[in-house]
Amino acid sequence: MNEAIGIRDVSKVFGQGDTTFTAVARVNISIRENEFFTLLGPSGCGKTTLLRMIAGFEFPTDGEILLHGENIADMPPFRRPINTVFQNYALFPHMTVADNIGFGLRMLGKSKAEVSERVIEMLRLVKMEPMAGRRTSEISGGQQQRVALARALAPQPKVLLLDEPLSALDYKLRKEMQLELKRMQHETGITFIFVTHDQEEALTMSDRIAVMSKGQVLQVGSPRDIYDAPADRFVAEFIGETNFLTGRVRKIAEETAEVMLEGGAAISATAAGVGVGDDVTIVVRPEHAEVVAVPATGSAVTKGTLENVVYFGTDTHFHVRLPDGSVFVTRQQNRPRLSSEFAVGSEVSIAVAADAARILRAGA
Amino acid sequence: MSQSAIRADYRRTLTRRWLLSSPALLIVLLAATGPLLVVLLYSFLKAGPYGGVLPEFSPEAWIGVVMQRGLFDDTLSIADAHLAIFWRSIRLSLETTLLTLIFGFPTAYFIATRPPNTRELWLFLITIPFWTNLLIRTFAILQIIRNDGTINTVLLKLGLIGEPIRMLYTDGAILAGMVYVYLPLMVLPLYASMEKLDFRIVEAGYDLYATPFRVLRLVIIPLVKPGIVAGCILVFIPSLGAYVTPNVLGGGKNLMIGNLIELQFGQGRNWPLGSALSISLMAVVMAALIVYVRNADKTGGHHG
Repeated sequence: MNEAIGIRDVSKVFGQGDTTFTAVARVNISIRENEFFTLLGPSGCGKTTLLRMIAGFEFPTDGEILLHGENIADMPPFRRPINTVFQNYALFPHMTVADNIGFGLRMLGKSKAEVSERVIEMLRLVKMEPMAGRRTSEISGGQQQRVALARALAPQPKVLLLDEPLSALDYKLRKEMQLELKRMQHETGITFIFVTHDQEEALTMSDRIAVMSKGQVLQVGSPRDIYDAPADRFVAEFIGETNFLTGRVRKIAEETAEVMLEGGAAISATAAGVGVGDDVTIVVRPEHAEVVAVPATGSAVTKGTLENVVYFGTDTHFHVRLPDGSVFVTRQQNRPRLSSEFAVGSEVSIAVAADAARILRAGA
Repeated sequence: MSQSAIRADYRRTLTRRWLLSSPALLIVLLAATGPLLVVLLYSFLKAGPYGGVLPEFSPEAWIGVVMQRGLFDDTLSIADAHLAIFWRSIRLSLETTLLTLIFGFPTAYFIATRPPNTRELWLFLITIPFWTNLLIRTFAILQIIRNDGTINTVLLKLGLIGEPIRMLYTDGAILAGMVYVYLPLMVLPLYASMEKLDFRIVEAGYDLYATPFRVLRLVIIPLVKPGIVAGCILVFIPSLGAYVTPNVLGGGKNLMIGNLIELQFGQGRNWPLGSALSISLMAVVMAALIVYVRNADKTGGHHG
């Protein structure tokens, strides 16, 4: 597939002299055409700065930004065929909804007929036809969001940038807009670059995700890759809930390593790039582990005291205090007429599903 | 307490609250409205021979605002001098307003786009001229533009001109002085509205293919319009009544309304005419204000 946006060794350093701050550090990303690509990370990780450099509001200190192979790193924003949906929408308060949507087309010098035709088309796309003549202060947050989207899509950009566009919406509306955004991306065939700190949002919407921290890209991959095979401890902790166990590799057979845990039990885990005798961290997702009765069967790996049982409706979380002091969380789906047979404070074992444990290198 | 008793009590409280504003109302009454009524009254009286007024009704002063009597007979003709002074005042004030806007707008934009912690310093620098007496500042300008002042001396020494350029005692000198004096009054309200401007909206303009000039015209100016209107009012009104600047830099030859009024109360000993001229000036200011406010309501009312 063709590359829409190429980020090549891009760095951004703010400030001068002794008080510099590196917001983005030698980042390399290749974003494909028609892709829903998400930049995910905690606030201050550099994702917004990277997006602003693609939009043209900031210029990289170093590196190239390619749009279909052409370096646009120094091009002013009004020359780039890239549009942005801003975090707080940034609609023009002195214009009507229709004038907001038509602004980009008018600036491109399109004819009046063409502008009004396209505005109507966009109003229909975001289901805002009855609001065309309203001022932007007279419509709700969700409607402003739709107008911002229509305004950015109207000039048919090659790439659409979305800077946490859903963060100001309430939960239900956000869920609705997530699906709608996905639908629009599909319908328009435009490459979407989406910035968020919400891992759930990233997992449900994206084709691929780049996880960022401290100005660097830690991992790029599909939501499944990132969730199932996190590249390091940060990614594992940031995306979903995770349990960490430490141990030493005892033997390796093909892709599977047998690891002696500190508690004395052995566990087999998928391995990549580790050798016998290495100290490793093992990642187990809560839904891949289960609390079982103490006279444990074969798959039990560790023991602990059941500290808390939290009922979530669809599932129940068990918090188990391990002998080393850490808390291991398991998530079990609730079935009808099945009450928890474990009492808080009782001694339980934890069983891990086969192939569910994954090795991170120690220190990673 | 019954419902109606509560309501009556509330009404009494409101009445008492209204009393709290009585000091302010008293000052407005004694210091503004009262004197103004006296001025209005004087404009319809007869001039006393040594200044002051005689308690005798006469429309003479109002006729004198726009007409003049012949020296030897009673024929009336248009008072060219007065009209010229009125016209000069309005023209110079409009020019001052326009120039302060042209210089003040980029200045205010510059300050509003500095990091928040340095903006205070810039604003402080803008207000420094206020610390010095207006008369002293005006004389400083006089020193600079005099025939043997700073500018001419430098140009002569450099050999760029053969003889001094005459700048003092021209309309241009008055204009330069007024622009200098009133510039902060333009910058401050402009800054106040630009500081509130959400620069993401400006970025949205750039993002949607608007060139910097179009962003200025289609996004920034409409959004800071309340500041522009406030700045123009704050500069235009005191410009119209300016007295010190045209007196010093215009040399008493290029009069503005303020000087003309002063002349009637002083050497002219025609208090009724001075009063009538004052009221006329107020009418011009009122008319200008109404135009401004109407204009602001129509297009800028929904924002800021």
